[in-house]
Amino acid sequence: MEEWLYIQTEVYPALMKGFWVSLQLILPSSILGLFIGIMIGVLRVYGSRPAMAAANTYVALFRGVPLVVQLFIWYFGLPYIKIYLSPFIAAVLGFSLCSGAYHSEYVRGALLSIRRGQMLAAQSLGFTKVQMIFSIILPQAIRRALPGCGNEIIYLIKYSSLAYMITCIELTGQGKILASNSFKYTEIFLIIGACYLAMTSVASLVLNRVEDRLRLPGFEHHRI
Amino acid sequence: MPESVIAIGDALPYLLEGSLVTLIVVVGAMVLGLVLGVPLAAAQVYGPPVLRRLIGLYVWFFRGIPLLVFLFLFYFGLCTALDVNLSAFTVAIIVLGLISSAYQSQIFRGAILSLPEGQFKAARALGMSDLKAICFIVLPQALRLSIPGWSNEYSIILKDSAVTYALGVAEIMARAHFVATRTYQQLPLYLAAGVIFLILTYAGTKGLRLLEEKVRIPGYSPQGF
Repeated sequence: MEEWLYIQTEVYPALMKGFWVSLQLILPSSILGLFIGIMIGVLRVYGSRPAMAAANTYVALFRGVPLVVQLFIWYFGLPYIKIYLSPFIAAVLGFSLCSGAYHSEYVRGALLSIRRGQMLAAQSLGFTKVQMIFSIILPQAIRRALPGCGNEIIYLIKYSSLAYMITCIELTGQGKILASNSFKYTEIFLIIGACYLAMTSVASLVLNRVEDRLRLPGFEHHRI
Repeated sequence: MPESVIAIGDALPYLLEGSLVTLIVVVGAMVLGLVLGVPLAAAQVYGPPVLRRLIGLYVWFFRGIPLLVFLFLFYFGLCTALDVNLSAFTVAIIVLGLISSAYQSQIFRGAILSLPEGQFKAARALGMSDLKAICFIVLPQALRLSIPGWSNEYSIILKDSAVTYALGVAEIMARAHFVATRTYQQLPLYLAAGVIFLILTYAGTKGLRLLEEKVRIPGYSPQGF
């Protein structure tokens, strides 16, 4: 009975609060990350030579350095040059930039997989290069990149727990506080784990649904 | 900014020692993941339906929960609850290894499934038992095919190993943070840590590509053309 009371009055509200912070981290980061990924992916395929080089360097750097190090640079490192970010902003910035680099890989692969005929047809219809990319190539490419990008979003859900390390108290952070107060580490972290499992499972269901919804009949992947 | 250069220079031996710790954690985790992942993959492809379901559950569980939560759960939770005294270092290897086993099993499973079915059937027709056919015919081919996926896994574990800093494992990140808070040279030191990770990622994936070349059987591809 006492246990139940503890769960009701302490655990549940704290975890709900943490859950909302987690969602507030995940949603903007995934949208921003996807946007960055698409832009960088386009630059890496169709950009001018210097833009391409810059985009490639960005991706190599952000994929090669652990997310924790990146978060530490944004949060603890930037004050060194007098830039102060709140933990929340630093986390969203870190997540978006990092997942943008990964998204761009999938987008790039998808852009390259679009057949040349699509481009030639657009050009012969008088599209400018930008029009061609954004109204002909990208709509097809994004559909192909979706499975990879979806995976990346699921990774992002899990990596959002790292925000705790730069003192942004989200689900994991709330769990850590609860657990150190009550010494019920196993129970609390199992509950936290279940929350993340639920989030990742729901996200993968939703992403599959989106993929199905966006599928264009006749434009499936394995078309000759 | 000569001060920052001095700080990095002073900390470098200490950080490099940390990269040794990082590498031991990563190699340990990858080996553990390999040892668990191969039988999991084989069982998920060839095992009875119940076993396949169970392994699917295992993979779902270990892939769906963040590393940080697992680290806390094992180190602060289970180790105390079960009254076993493990160092943070050991817990880091075990947790990273368990998570990696789930991912690696899927890499191997994909590789096994990409082999033509005839290979397994031919081995059975020659009188090999299931186990023998898997060990001597399927796996030697499948493992070669999984090296690209494996090198991806290496770079993921390498980067994830930085999270073990949360338990106090003295790897690169922990040492960088330690020196940074003492010398107030945060940005230079974290950048230095980042560069070390970049080099380790690059060297590791290069090495695995060489391994892939080395173990390739000349003139043979499992697809038969």
